[in-house]
Amino acid sequence: MSTQSYRLRVNGADHEVAEGWIGESLLDVLRDRLGLPGAKNACEEGECGSCSVLVDGVLSCACLVLAAAAIGTEITTVEGLGAEGALTDVQQAFIDAGAVQCGFCTPGLIVAIHDLLDQDASPERLVVEEALSGNLCRCTGYGRILEAVDLVAARRSAS
Amino acid sequence: MSNVVVPTTLDEALALLAADPQLSPLAGGTDFMVEVNHGARRPVRVLALRAVAELRGWRRDGDVLVIGAGCTYVSMADPAFAVAAPALAQAARTIGSPQIRNVGTIGGNLATASPAGDTLPVLMALGARVEVASTEGTRTLAVDELITGVKRTVLHPAELITSVRIPVARGPQEFCKIGTRNAMVISAAGIAVVLDREAHTVGCGLGSVTAAPVRATDAETFAAEAIDWSTLRAGAGTTERFGTLAADAATPIDDHRSTAAYRRHAIGVMARRALERCLS
Ligand SMILES: Cc1cc2nc3c(=O)[nH]c(=O)nc-3n(C[C@H](O)[C@H](O)[C@H](O)COP(=O)(O)OP(=O)(O)OC[C@H]3O[C@@H](n4cnc5c(N)ncnc54)[C@H](O)[C@@H]3O)c2cc1C
Ligand code: FES
Ligand code: FES
Repeated sequence: MSTQSYRLRVNGADHEVAEGWIGESLLDVLRDRLGLPGAKNACEEGECGSCSVLVDGVLSCACLVLAAAAIGTEITTVEGLGAEGALTDVQQAFIDAGAVQCGFCTPGLIVAIHDLLDQDASPERLVVEEALSGNLCRCTGYGRILEAVDLVAARRSAS
Repeated sequence: MSNVVVPTTLDEALALLAADPQLSPLAGGTDFMVEVNHGARRPVRVLALRAVAELRGWRRDGDVLVIGAGCTYVSMADPAFAVAAPALAQAARTIGSPQIRNVGTIGGNLATASPAGDTLPVLMALGARVEVASTEGTRTLAVDELITGVKRTVLHPAELITSVRIPVARGPQEFCKIGTRNAMVISAAGIAVVLDREAHTVGCGLGSVTAAPVRATDAETFAAEAIDWSTLRAGAGTTERFGTLAADAATPIDDHRSTAAYRRHAIGVMARRALERCLS
């Protein structure tokens, strides 16, 4: 069964999604149809968090969102977090802390960390660990990712 | 008619379901989309429930907590919810990850009817009542009437789960589960223990160790008699015996997550600890 064409609002702009298979996930639509490959596809079962996006401001796995049912929501992907071409403070802190190795987990973590720090400006370590427990990284061992979170929190409170 | 509908009222949702047997309800999508992505489910038409106001959130109605089928796990982290339903709040906190808890719902957990559904042992221990509706009317079921086997329920295609009613806590409650890591883990075994200081009863529900939800009734009866209800204390050996009786009620299997022997052992240990934590 296919869908009729529908409209999704992503990063503040309306996108027309042409008719397609009804079961298509938001992750597939973002990556394959809307040219937004920031959200990564690793597991397609909600386990890795590399596809994390915000749907109406709620941190969600794009692979678990039925795209055609997301009409009328505001979707934010990693591409929409900062001003065009500029790094967000979380992205800059990842570079400064050396929190990127292969980089595959990075976009999902960036979205999750923005979401966390918007709710809690200076989270304790345990809060950070719980908040990021849905984002797997196979390279870094997480130490530098946690350092990057602390770095952003410190920089935001200093400015 | 569009192939994906997003109604805003329950009446509308039920009318759409009654008119179309091929319409599949979709809540948070955390079970539904995993099946779709793996090719195990081929939806024809989809009824997205996220905008149905009546299914959202929870409210207190006197001594009863009424939880909408569309209530997400993250909403159960509310301190007021945790005071009224401590074991359910604990279970909700252990489910998946923030991304899963942000969208996953109690109605989805019930309808999926997985033996590992973490809300099920709590709802069993509490004697929860599940309200189910269609255009024909509503009916109310116990969790073990709704769920009859592994991923099997008595729901008709035109029915929706609308709410779950549980008594507001009248004593200590504990939920425990065990798996291979702290976060993002499906239970290898789980247990809920609920003490009612007014009725002098103990509820004990088991998770991941039976095909359909059960209560460990021998353990419940034993503990209810062994506890001194005025002091919430019990004699030596009570919690150990409670653990043994709870483990006896388990009928676990070997699978990719664990073994039957380990699961039964884990139930015994967790039941003992859960009751210890409930007693003073
Ligand atoms: C990464 C990951 C980790 C998870 N971890 C856990 C865990 O730790 N513990 C646990 O118990 N579960 C876990 N789950 C499973 C899942 O999150 C839960 O079962 C969740 O409660 C499903 O709810 P949902 O709203 O996402 O349902 P959906 O996926 O939207 O729907 C599930 C099923 O229920 C039906 N349905 C939904 N709402 C209704 C309704 N109101 N009336 C009738 N039918 C309805 C749908 O048609 C579908 O068949 C996990 C899932 C993932 C992907
Ligand atoms: S691809 Fe969505 S969580 Fe892994
Ligand atoms: S940097 Fe490689 S998975 Fe995280």
